[in-house]
Amino acid sequence: MKKISLIIKREFFTRIRKKSFLVTTLLVPLAFMAMIIVPILLSTSGNGKKRIAVIDQSGLFENKFADNQEVYFKFLPDQSFDSLKNKYESMGYQGILYIPKFDIERPNGFEFYSNGQANMQLEHEINKRINEVIENKRLEEQGLDPAKLKEIRSEAEVNFRSGKDEKKGNSAVAYAVGFGSGFIIYIVLLIFGTTVMRGVMEEKVSRIAEVMISSVKPFELMMGKIVGIAAVGLLQFLIWGILITALNLVLPLFVSPESMQAASQGASTLSQAETAQMVHKVQDVMGSIQWNLLIPCFIVYFLGGYLFYSSLFAAIGSLANEDLNDIQQLSIPITVPIIIGIMIMMKAVQDPESPLAVWGSIVPFTSPMVMMARIPYGVPGTVPYWQLGLSMVLLIGGFIASTWVAGRIYRTGILLYGKKITLKEAFKWVVKNN
Amino acid sequence: MNLLEVRHLKKYYETHKAVDDISFNIAAGSIFGLLGPNGAGKTTLLRMLTGIFYPDEGEILFNGQRFNPQHHIQHIGYMPEERGLYKKMKVGEQTLYLAQLKGLSKKEATEKVKYWFGKFDIHSWYHKRVDELSKGMQQKVQFISTILHQPRLLILDEPFTGLDPINSELIKQEIFELSQQGTTIIFSTHRMEQVEEICDHIMLVNKGKKVLDGAVTDIKQNFKQGLFKVGLGVMPNPAQMATWHFDIIQTHDKAFTVKLNEDSSTNDILLHFIRQDIPVIYFEEILPSITEVFIQQVKQTESANAPQPIPATPETDL
Repeated sequence: MKKISLIIKREFFTRIRKKSFLVTTLLVPLAFMAMIIVPILLSTSGNGKKRIAVIDQSGLFENKFADNQEVYFKFLPDQSFDSLKNKYESMGYQGILYIPKFDIERPNGFEFYSNGQANMQLEHEINKRINEVIENKRLEEQGLDPAKLKEIRSEAEVNFRSGKDEKKGNSAVAYAVGFGSGFIIYIVLLIFGTTVMRGVMEEKVSRIAEVMISSVKPFELMMGKIVGIAAVGLLQFLIWGILITALNLVLPLFVSPESMQAASQGASTLSQAETAQMVHKVQDVMGSIQWNLLIPCFIVYFLGGYLFYSSLFAAIGSLANEDLNDIQQLSIPITVPIIIGIMIMMKAVQDPESPLAVWGSIVPFTSPMVMMARIPYGVPGTVPYWQLGLSMVLLIGGFIASTWVAGRIYRTGILLYGKKITLKEAFKWVVKNN
Repeated sequence: MNLLEVRHLKKYYETHKAVDDISFNIAAGSIFGLLGPNGAGKTTLLRMLTGIFYPDEGEILFNGQRFNPQHHIQHIGYMPEERGLYKKMKVGEQTLYLAQLKGLSKKEATEKVKYWFGKFDIHSWYHKRVDELSKGMQQKVQFISTILHQPRLLILDEPFTGLDPINSELIKQEIFELSQQGTTIIFSTHRMEQVEEICDHIMLVNKGKKVLDGAVTDIKQNFKQGLFKVGLGVMPNPAQMATWHFDIIQTHDKAFTVKLNEDSSTNDILLHFIRQDIPVIYFEEILPSITEVFIQQVKQTESANAPQPIPATPETDL
């Protein structure tokens, strides 16, 4: 046990001290945040305040355009559109909004002139302002109070409830959570699995394996590597979790709430109230997920799936030779079930009670991905307890079996040099006594 | 007292018999040479002695006890022919790690590493990564990491390949020193030059079988062919060389290599020259080199496809 802990420690510390660890650990949350921030920055075009010259020939709009942090409107009643076109840039404007005299019933002929490409955010800002003014004008003509209209508007919504438990169900959220966790497990199996495989190959190709095996049992060497890499992965997830949470908290300091809101609205015309309501709704349905069940299950399937596959990856790594192309071929029997798993997962997340989804979530080759896609739909509603239990028992049994098989292949493969090993031979080592 | 006793050890692979019924003893504190051509089964044999492979049959006694890899592995240092270190790891860390895997505490390991790095004058490598070192330097590090835990049995598989003469000499001196301190050493090679110089006792294997086994001096005696070299003051004419006591094998400048005939003694050779008043400057026995014995034996086993009778060797403790 002391030796295996030494091996785990070495695997863990040499990996976390690598530059690549630091880079991926920091870059992933940054990339994640960039996915949120970049659209915001793009939509606000990031050039600071825009100055827009307005020529209003209708006379309806003067002083009715509210400026904000993004846009500033300057009404130039004395300028002609054509003459302004030649000099607006030298006057410090980014564009000209031309409002002709128009019929209030059929508003048209508005033009925005600039050298740049149309900007979604700006377009939205201008359209919103013009329509607001026109709407208010029309209301006035009809003798209606704009404040009254707001009161009249209805915002009712149907709540979808699942019959098995009293929580509010929402299939979109279950879909998203299921897809997300299934996909994370898929990525983990592939990335960590191949990391284990490469680690084993490296030990074999650099010929340290024989030195090691004269000190420790092959099984200890293999398990030490697998556990060490799992620890690195868990640490990385933990750091990502913390960083993403922290970045979420500090994000508002860098990006103004208005632009956040603008980004979330996109080109649509959601009012602030509508956005707030959306947020509320999301929070509400997030509550419909059984987090206290989902998170432990995720950890079980994450570890179970990892142990199940990584030992097989280690076995394949032990078959490697100088020719690294062989290894791709040899690893096909392991990558194919994972890919089948992700395909079943994608079906299961749409129809979690189909036979394919049920069996996919029980067989250990695919269960880590498929079961995680089904759990958000509700336990025991969609996934009966017996299925969850059977799936976990089979997964644990599965990884014990796969580790055993892998250990036998690894033990022989790691010391066999210079010969191309086929899977058929490797399988013989498993069956053979001794 | 034998540190290692091997009885009827067998390891068969699907296609061939890697080790086929080999028995031998290694006396504590001796330097034991394991010789054999490539593919003779040396590495398989060593892997069984280090607990990496289980024998199909036979038994190994380590210090009189049945060999138990779990327990005895701590007392064995093994430098395999296929050497390797973690390339990206620092030299110091690496040696510490390997020593700890052999059961040393971190403190002990640190002390030993300091001592040996001092002895080999390689303190400056401590923080270097292994792949920054030359091959020869890596080999030194490998050697140190093999002996850090003061093994009772040190197994070196081709320890000199890739080393320059200076470093070979350094390692050789280290081997002698360890031997004097009581370490038993198995030295496996297919190159004979150093064997005579280093080993007390050798075993020759070919095609998985033991061909011969004995003390180096005994083997040379057993395989000698009655050859002598006589150095003379003047070159005799051919008529003066007619005798039934010996045949001339080779003529040198003022010297002859001769083969003594049966029923004659070495003094008959000397008398032959003395009587004719030819001054003898020197006279020496030519013993076969281990290389010659090796080649001869390997050829014999290959042509006969059966082991030669093993010359009787006294069961001396070396």
